[in-house]
Amino acid sequence: MTDPITKPRNGTKAGRRGEWVLHLALTATAALMVAPFAWQLLTAFKSTGEASQSPPTFWPAAPTGDAFTTFFDSVPVWSQFTVSASALALRVVGQLVVAALAGYAFARLRFPGRTVLFGLFIAMLMVPSQLFLIGQFELIRDFKLLDTIPALAIPGMFSAFGIFLMRQAFMSIPTAYEEAARLDGAGPLRTFAFVMLPMVKPTLGALAVLTSLYSWNDLLWSLIVSPRGDNRPLTVGLAGLQGQYGTDYPTLMAGALVASLPLIVIFLVLQRQFFNGIASSGLKG
Amino acid sequence: MTAPSARPPARRRRAGGLGPSPLWGYAMIAPAFIGLAALYLWPFAKTFGKSFMDTPAFGPGTWTGLDNYTELLGDGDFWQAFGNSAIYTAILLLGVPIATVLAALIQQIGRGRAVYRVLYFLPVVTLPVAVSMVWRFIYNGDFGLLNWALSLVGIPGQYWVADDAYAIYAIGAVGIWMSLGVNLIILGAGLQSIPPELYEASSMDGAGRVRQFFSITLPLLSPSVFLVTVLTVISALQMFDLVFVMLRSVDNTALDGSKTIVYLFYEKAFVQFDQGYGAAIAVVLLLVIMLATVFQFRVQRRWVFYD
Repeated sequence: MTDPITKPRNGTKAGRRGEWVLHLALTATAALMVAPFAWQLLTAFKSTGEASQSPPTFWPAAPTGDAFTTFFDSVPVWSQFTVSASALALRVVGQLVVAALAGYAFARLRFPGRTVLFGLFIAMLMVPSQLFLIGQFELIRDFKLLDTIPALAIPGMFSAFGIFLMRQAFMSIPTAYEEAARLDGAGPLRTFAFVMLPMVKPTLGALAVLTSLYSWNDLLWSLIVSPRGDNRPLTVGLAGLQGQYGTDYPTLMAGALVASLPLIVIFLVLQRQFFNGIASSGLKG
Repeated sequence: MTAPSARPPARRRRAGGLGPSPLWGYAMIAPAFIGLAALYLWPFAKTFGKSFMDTPAFGPGTWTGLDNYTELLGDGDFWQAFGNSAIYTAILLLGVPIATVLAALIQQIGRGRAVYRVLYFLPVVTLPVAVSMVWRFIYNGDFGLLNWALSLVGIPGQYWVADDAYAIYAIGAVGIWMSLGVNLIILGAGLQSIPPELYEASSMDGAGRVRQFFSITLPLLSPSVFLVTVLTVISALQMFDLVFVMLRSVDNTALDGSKTIVYLFYEKAFVQFDQGYGAAIAVVLLLVIMLATVFQFRVQRRWVFYD
């Protein structure tokens, strides 16, 4: 990518020196951003005694995997991982189906009440999520879904934000494609599924990664619907670890590392989708 | 009246003749509508209603009018939580200028932008619970990294997250660290839309980088800065995770004085099962967020530049 701003200066000596100063400032800040992760990684391989020393040691004096062993022994990691992953998959698939269908209808189909309904959906974007929690909890409880995987995933499948994002994506596609499909005799559902949907793949990808992020990281709702803990996701399991191993920091760091790793890997692979999702929405949390 | 009949008749006839029947529209929004109505609209109405009721843990509640709200106004815990959320929000707003400067710096460099963006974004994709644990360790009063670093320059250490005097500020610093990545992406998208000719023209006129930042970047980026500010306030007022993980432990007395509004809500509604009182807290939170947002939209006319 060419950079219009530095390009005219790059040739000069002063421009190149300016670039070095910028890199220095950015690298120093980046070091601050990454330092906690580095400390976490180093600590995870220390013994509990070494981690509680003052002054602290930098490199583990005798690197050990004990912390990981303790973590895997005391938390049902695999079953909680499965819960987290299943809830994530269910929520992402549900979200994409619901949002794509509704987004397309709001963008392209005409039906009485469209404007009012869309306005109603969008108004809910402004309400903090805590206002829905009590009612959502009661609904999940009344359907006898407490402590199940669907309970974790269902509310997150429906979001006004997702519908809005998909509507914007469909609106940016020229109507000529649909008219062509219609002339070829395709019905609305086929037009939607085989002509329009493939064209909004980038937005679907962005919505999928954002939904994954919210799902994997969610704490409050998971705490509320998993009171007994048979179907606890990793995030709740990890929070519980702290009560058990209050100051056994290597174990806590090892757990934190294992629990965050899946999403960090997904992020490193699908960076562009993450950035597009955030940039096009501006929404977080 | 309904939307299509408000349109010119010619367009309507065309749409009616060629387009699918309105039933398709209803069918396609049906899943979204059912879900949003059952899980968002109805719960919203219910919470609103409950905030005017006395709700025992079991059995139906009784109508008590504004009792929950008057109790709330006289509740020291509520005001303290409110104050903590306000402090936390103010600290997070300090992150906005930091993000603006960093975004401009990243935009200026020729190579390596993607690397910085990824590094700054890491805290966003890391489990907040995990992040909170790492910081709790760094903040540890006896053997934490922060106190050790401070001791190198002769500053006495503190029990950062076990002391009411520091806890909310310590959490605020983590909040800035966590939100930087998202803010950088939004501001970076805004920077892309500033025409490069402006920089070329001004550097021919002899303007330096600092001058360019204040007279070109900042005014033209102000709509994005405004968006980031609004989103920061909304999400900061809803902070829960950091308090839950960093302060909640058996022996931590800082929790008493450092709760945020949403933590108090969680405690009342889902730990003590006083849902009416919890509902009132949530409704007040909605009002606060609405007021803060409306206020910002009013003030933006003075500093946001739209061309």
